[in-house]
Amino acid sequence: MYKVVTKRFLNDAKTICLFEIEAPLIARHAQAGQFVIFRLDEQGERVPVSVAGYDREKGTVTVMVQAAGRTTKMLHTVAEGDYITDIVGPLGKATEMDGLKKVCVVGGGVGCAIAYPIAKEMHERGIEVTFIGGFRSADIVILKDELKAASDKLIMCTDDGTYGEKGFTTVFLKQEIDANIAEGKPQFDRVIAIGPDIMMKFLADVTRPYGIKTIISLDPIMVDGTGMCGGCRVIVGGETKFACVDGPDFDAHEVDFDSLLKRAAFYKDEQDAAAAHICNMTGGKRNG
Amino acid sequence: MANMKMEKNPMPEQDPIVRASNFDEVALGYSAEAAMDEAKRCLNCRDPRCRTGCPVSVRIPEFIAKVAEGNFDAAYDIITSTNSLPAVCGRVCPQEKQCESKCVRAIKGESVGIGRLERFVADYHMNKKGKAKIEEPESNGHRVAIVGSGPAGLTCAGDLRKLGYDVTIFEAFHKSGGVLVYGIPQFRLPKEIVAAEIDNLKAMGVKIVNNAIVGKSETVDELFEDGFEAVFIGSGAGLPQFLHIPGENLLGVYSANELLTRVNLMKAYRDDYDTPIKHFGRVAVVGAGNVAMDAARVAKRLGAEHVYICYRRGRDELPARKEEVEHAEAEGIEFNLLNNPVAIHGGEDGHVIGIELVRQELGEPDEKGRRKPVAVEGSNWVLDVDTVVIAIGTSPNPLIRNTTEGLTFTKKGGIEADEGGVTAREGVFAGGDAVTGSATVILAMGAGKAGAKSIDKYIKSKG
Repeated sequence: MYKVVTKRFLNDAKTICLFEIEAPLIARHAQAGQFVIFRLDEQGERVPVSVAGYDREKGTVTVMVQAAGRTTKMLHTVAEGDYITDIVGPLGKATEMDGLKKVCVVGGGVGCAIAYPIAKEMHERGIEVTFIGGFRSADIVILKDELKAASDKLIMCTDDGTYGEKGFTTVFLKQEIDANIAEGKPQFDRVIAIGPDIMMKFLADVTRPYGIKTIISLDPIMVDGTGMCGGCRVIVGGETKFACVDGPDFDAHEVDFDSLLKRAAFYKDEQDAAAAHICNMTGGKRNG
Repeated sequence: MANMKMEKNPMPEQDPIVRASNFDEVALGYSAEAAMDEAKRCLNCRDPRCRTGCPVSVRIPEFIAKVAEGNFDAAYDIITSTNSLPAVCGRVCPQEKQCESKCVRAIKGESVGIGRLERFVADYHMNKKGKAKIEEPESNGHRVAIVGSGPAGLTCAGDLRKLGYDVTIFEAFHKSGGVLVYGIPQFRLPKEIVAAEIDNLKAMGVKIVNNAIVGKSETVDELFEDGFEAVFIGSGAGLPQFLHIPGENLLGVYSANELLTRVNLMKAYRDDYDTPIKHFGRVAVVGAGNVAMDAARVAKRLGAEHVYICYRRGRDELPARKEEVEHAEAEGIEFNLLNNPVAIHGGEDGHVIGIELVRQELGEPDEKGRRKPVAVEGSNWVLDVDTVVIAIGTSPNPLIRNTTEGLTFTKKGGIEADEGGVTAREGVFAGGDAVTGSATVILAMGAGKAGAKSIDKYIKSKG
């Protein structure tokens, strides 16, 4: 059993929640870009979620989770001081940062929670970080202050213009790239994009003509997270890779997005049915 | 007076039609009467060849003699003096290739049902009320770390604990047992049996840390830093092999590992568990080993209308245990032998619609004596299916390989170790599928045993 030592909603709409969990084995080695897998209880499924932070001394790992399906909705009902049955990690490879000088990190929605520790570590290492954070509207925006502290330049945008700039991340990424050219500034030597698959696909299209290496973090369907089931297969550069051990970071210009999008939707019917069966009487708790 | 019946006492089983739609155990086990009758078929040979066929050297004629007398407790003690997991072995060992293949009774009839008797004795002990408390051996103060709680790791842990070592197993999954819990289905090896065997080890003082992935959560070097004097790696062969044919990433193509892990470990077949599983219609399972049979029978139990085994060789070459093949056939699994897949076809929505097979003929025997299949040109045909399960074997998981200095590896990714489990790195031992690639439970147990012996010798040599 693993104790939730801190729980805090990160936005007004309470769609994304931070959990700091006691897990010394994970805290010892976790790095930005890696993920963990948690299981709520005996009947629970194994759900991968990115590492949003860690405290090696306290022995805790932090995750930021959006309530999307049945399990994540039930996780949101877990209170501070309560326990979850399992958490394991760190899994996957850490995000590569060596040798980088100027990076644009793009986060879409809850993707900002995953992009945040990467931006933070890069910023601490002296890499120049431009952060573009995109959300649907003001009520779901997260990490306003944290992202500001973790970047040299921060652009926040919403689809409806209710917070920050109005528009999509793709527009602002292109603007920044073009500005670097127009003003004779050094170009980004890397773009790191994390968000919905479709957003990452379009961001890859933005950077492709400029030849800027673009890394995306994938979270396909997986079971064990250790390379055992092969459920998380992605096609990268024509080869089959396992996102859990070969990733989760991949070169966006090599990823087969068509296959990625189809595979991600494979269990959609089952997911929808399961999410519809959350007990309202117990506020979503299984054994409430 | 020996029982000279030519055939084994039959194993009571669930009716095939009934069992093909439930996950309860297929083989029901001998009654005490049947066990004693079967035990009397043993001639108690002066030179018991059966024992030489057992990778963990169970004292077979001795325990059988006790069963014949009705002294099942004594039989249990004899078995467990060399085998920590008798209830498991009695169910999943390929006895017909091991102990039973050496039995003199097999010359003119069927061998003694050694596996069935082992299972009976283990189950008798497990179900007995008022069990004697398991003695916790006194600690000798030396700490040993074991990576993986599968058959190799559990056996190594049990043997070392009996010798007084302070043993900690590190297991990546939330449940202990390795392939015994994620791989082998409930209907062949009930998980309660595995849990009971593991509880016995815990009662002896073996510690198990779950959710600890050696190679990720901590490295082998850190285990030494943390005070362990030796490390046994029994991390298995978890990496699924694929066919590398067109269409393998279509929706509805699974590795056997994925299907079995969803169903066995995560209990996706039960409504009260959250992990999803698809409703299958027509399923092709590629491969014909025990894992392929397990996958096929799982698919059938999940409601598939047709389940086909597609295998490039013939009936005589089927690598699965004989009993598994018989059980699969009785449950309605259909065999497409001498058929090799060359492509998987998909519809516009990316879902599987068929598997393209090419018929094979058997040619000359290869170095292992198995006849090599040769494609019959122009004989391609498409079998309509909506699901394909690839069950052609697994390779050792690369996590340890990528994070541990000083070990050497085989071409197939296995850790190089001698028969005693000794590796190229001092203090590190290895055994089971992590060394050999996918093999059997009992071979892994034998390797765990050998590893325990080597570790004992190594630690004692250091004084």
